[in-house]
Amino acid sequence: MTYIPISSSEREAMLTAIGVEKIENLFKDIPARYRFPDLNLPPAMTEMEAAVEVGELASGNETVRDLVSFLGAGAYNHYVPSVIDHILRRGEFYTAYTPYQPEVSQGTLQATFEYQSLVTALTGMEVSNASHYDGATAVAEAVNMAYAQFRGKRTKVVISPTVHPQYRAVLRTYTQGMGLELAGDDPGADLAAGPASLRSLMDANTALVIVQYPDFFGRLYDYTSLIADAHAQGALVCVAANPTALGLFKSPGEMGADIVVGEGQPLGIPLSYGGPYLGFFATRKQYVHKMAGRLVGETVDNRGQRAYVLTLTAREQHIKRERATSNICSNQGLMALAAAVYLSVLGRTGLRQVAELCYHKAHYAAAQITSIPGFQYCFDTPFFHEFAICCPRPVDEINAHLLEHGILGGYDLGQDYPALKDHMLIAVTEMNTKDEIDALVEVLSEASHD
Amino acid sequence: MTEVIEKTIFELSSPGRTGVTFPDPDVPRAELPESLLRADLPLPELAEVDVVRHYMRLSKFNYSVDGGFYPLGSCTMKYNPKINEDMARLPGFAFTHPLQPVETVQGNLALMYTLQEWLKEISGFAAVTLQPAAGAHGELTGVLIMRAWHKSRGDVKRVKMLIPDSAHGTNPASSGMTGLNIVQIPSDGRGNVDLAALKAACDDTVVGLMLTNPNTLGLFDEHVEEVIKIVHDCGGLVYGDGANLNALLGIVRPGDLGIDVMHFNLHKTFSTPHGGGGPGSGPVGVAAHLAEFLPSPIVGILEEADDEQPPLFGFIEPKRTIGRVKAFHGHFGMLVRTFTYIAMHGPEGLRQVAEYAVLNANYLLARLRGTYRVPYDRICMHEFVAEGRVEGADVHALDIAKRLMDYDFHPPTNYFPLIIHEALMIEPTETENKDTLDAFAEALIKIAEEAKTTPDLLHAAPHKTPFGRVDEVKAARELVLCCWLPENYNK
Amino acid sequence: MNIPANLKYTKSDEWFDPVTGKVGLTDFAQGQLSDIVFVEVVVSPGDVIEPGKTIASVESVKAAAEIYSPVNGKIVAVNDALSSNPETLNSDPYGAGWMIQVEGGDASGLMDAAAYEKYCEERAH
Repeated sequence: MTYIPISSSEREAMLTAIGVEKIENLFKDIPARYRFPDLNLPPAMTEMEAAVEVGELASGNETVRDLVSFLGAGAYNHYVPSVIDHILRRGEFYTAYTPYQPEVSQGTLQATFEYQSLVTALTGMEVSNASHYDGATAVAEAVNMAYAQFRGKRTKVVISPTVHPQYRAVLRTYTQGMGLELAGDDPGADLAAGPASLRSLMDANTALVIVQYPDFFGRLYDYTSLIADAHAQGALVCVAANPTALGLFKSPGEMGADIVVGEGQPLGIPLSYGGPYLGFFATRKQYVHKMAGRLVGETVDNRGQRAYVLTLTAREQHIKRERATSNICSNQGLMALAAAVYLSVLGRTGLRQVAELCYHKAHYAAAQITSIPGFQYCFDTPFFHEFAICCPRPVDEINAHLLEHGILGGYDLGQDYPALKDHMLIAVTEMNTKDEIDALVEVLSEASHD
Repeated sequence: MTEVIEKTIFELSSPGRTGVTFPDPDVPRAELPESLLRADLPLPELAEVDVVRHYMRLSKFNYSVDGGFYPLGSCTMKYNPKINEDMARLPGFAFTHPLQPVETVQGNLALMYTLQEWLKEISGFAAVTLQPAAGAHGELTGVLIMRAWHKSRGDVKRVKMLIPDSAHGTNPASSGMTGLNIVQIPSDGRGNVDLAALKAACDDTVVGLMLTNPNTLGLFDEHVEEVIKIVHDCGGLVYGDGANLNALLGIVRPGDLGIDVMHFNLHKTFSTPHGGGGPGSGPVGVAAHLAEFLPSPIVGILEEADDEQPPLFGFIEPKRTIGRVKAFHGHFGMLVRTFTYIAMHGPEGLRQVAEYAVLNANYLLARLRGTYRVPYDRICMHEFVAEGRVEGADVHALDIAKRLMDYDFHPPTNYFPLIIHEALMIEPTETENKDTLDAFAEALIKIAEEAKTTPDLLHAAPHKTPFGRVDEVKAARELVLCCWLPENYNK
Repeated sequence: MNIPANLKYTKSDEWFDPVTGKVGLTDFAQGQLSDIVFVEVVVSPGDVIEPGKTIASVESVKAAAEIYSPVNGKIVAVNDALSSNPETLNSDPYGAGWMIQVEGGDASGLMDAAAYEKYCEERAH
């Protein structure tokens, strides 16, 4: 089926108005030998048939609802309040374009302005843009911004090896033609050393230092003194933060960060096999002209009404072209709306409650797991809702065993860090009950002496 | 005094209200690390009903495809089928974690694999990655692939990207991000790439050409094969900007024309919603010689099917991959919508999409060319560009665009492409009926009349929208970018 | 349009004062850009520049432009006040809107006021 609302008699009238006999005649500019190929695709389905077909694919998966999940590593199973999707499904929001015409886009504009405000409040920063694709690309955009801020004169970026491995991979791809040196991107580094180990890498050529909070292993560090040291070298500092953790713990803004980015998926966005998610990006006001991405500002309309508009647009690619900080055009508009609604309905008490639940449950799980002979903490550092465990057997074997019991085990750290062979990264959120944690512990105990 | 039509979520906040609450912990409380705790969490406090009414009121300030005609050139604002939304939200998809073992997500992987195959077939390319998050992201991916291909051949002196003057700004920006120099290629008198200028620019330092075809004038390049040959002859590659693919579905396959790499905009061509600015989705297709440079991973078959078992799908890393461009696997939710859309259309349906998109554009062109000047006036594809001015009247494209809102239409794209003075770029799409197109044409004809008789009506437009023209200078000079500031919270 | 007779001009719309060595953006250019909201001078005192080298980047509400040096020479001063008051480029392009001051700049090869005026008229629609 199609969604074309034109009858054959209307079509004929239109062709007459155009002055051609048939639709095919509109395509004469196309080289004849390639014109109208036969596409080898399955025949069209009705909506009813398509719904069955797609539904069957969906039921070919096992989900974090069918299984008990302790998998995190950058995407987290949180409760998404019902109200969020009801607002997202307003056609006025999801079928609108980018708000380039402010007179008929104040809904999107004000919601985005509120999103920006909520992100600055959460991160402790002064300015937030309207979002990037995801946490990984937001980190890459932080590098673009720092590079532009120093006008290409500083050519080194220091990144902690405990930043998410996929974020580091994306950064390596993005910087291929930029002539930058990436220092610290070494999975073989001493992972127990903490942020202090980055100090020796920072110098007067360093544009940006990137750390993660909590880091990939769930560890919490106060980066205040690292940031001060980086500033002493004239470098900027980017903190990639988990937004749920910011409901409870000191904001990177308080620590002195220049840029705070992160994956916004925990803020009311379904796991959806990895996307679409939300890259949030906040910085200090002084850097706003070098920041990429859309930005909404407050103003007034010609009737004296408070209104909002996309502002500082001459920074962006459609005007500045190859001199723009980034090529980014879209933002994650609807996902930013989801985050705004999530933060609004949870508010100051709800987000803290979620963060505390994650913290307490993760600590209960960690204590129980490390009481099983053969399972040990990997690091002796405070953590939030994720922790690395040294296992007595290969992680894939343990996970296969867990899966047989309906449990989705943690992330195998040996894939990314050679020194962490047989180490599992376990995530616990408010969605995990004590019973589920106890079940995990029981199956792990079995697995340890199989 | 500024009037506040709708308070912000912070202004609506009242201490002590809560929207969502969570259960008390069912585990013992652990000790919190005091020195790391934040003193205050300055988020608003509202009940769920406050939040719903607030965003409901805001939604009413928006124009949308569900609400009316949105002929925004270059953006393909077609109707977004409702079934797509239901499919993307099926629990079987929505509650899968991106790092689950592949054995537990064979449904997702089968969908992705099939979609890769379908996009290959539709476009004539040998391989497809679904990872890029948007069109511009696909461009960056494509440009990195082009660089990597030259480099793999030891051809390291190529530093120039050729870009026609009618291109989207993302083309030069994407090339600029990878350190390439941009050489602009002019258009000829019929809106095609100027062949002489192209030839003159082609040498052994050219990485390639970024070609939007149909171009942003809505015209299919009459010498496209020659353009591609000229670039290939100097050792360069041709990048196809897939922004305008809606005009080509079932009409011609870019890969057949000799284009080497192209991004798809699933949010334009394949009806995934624009979401007020995103998320988009920008898969990239490549010809065979570029397949091993695609970003990793892509979906492949790990174990072939046999009599008893379906195939086992999983991820494959192309041999000389440029690396990841995004965490995880792309905008999966958008892939589900696209899959559903293609499944419902089939080969004939897709061809009809392009045919009627082109029919509608040419019909509007026929109705409007007597009123507004069309600088490159020939059979167009899915869109065309008129000049937004009226002989003898002191009005600009902007005034015409704003006045259209009073007739309850979304304005066309204006002031783009840059090569047309006072451009109005009109793309009706195939999902509009003749009555809508007629009403739109009549509104534009009436506005041309108003421009002569009552030009101030246009200068002050719009009048009937909830908001009037906004002060962009004030916004940029005073820079109020958030309503939360540390010093005025809890004042 | 204000085109002071004592200044020299470039095709990319910069002015140069042969007496003071100051360089800026012309009245015509500021009008084309409209409301300027951001200026970044990208050179520093002591830098040696040549014609065509970028000295500043300007953004208005609707447009962006690079400003190029009209002359050879050594920079002796830059106008630091511009970054916090970019609108000066609109209100006083030949006065407080100066961008850099150059020592030893040679004005030969630049247009005089009459030639520049003609050049602007050619471009006006």
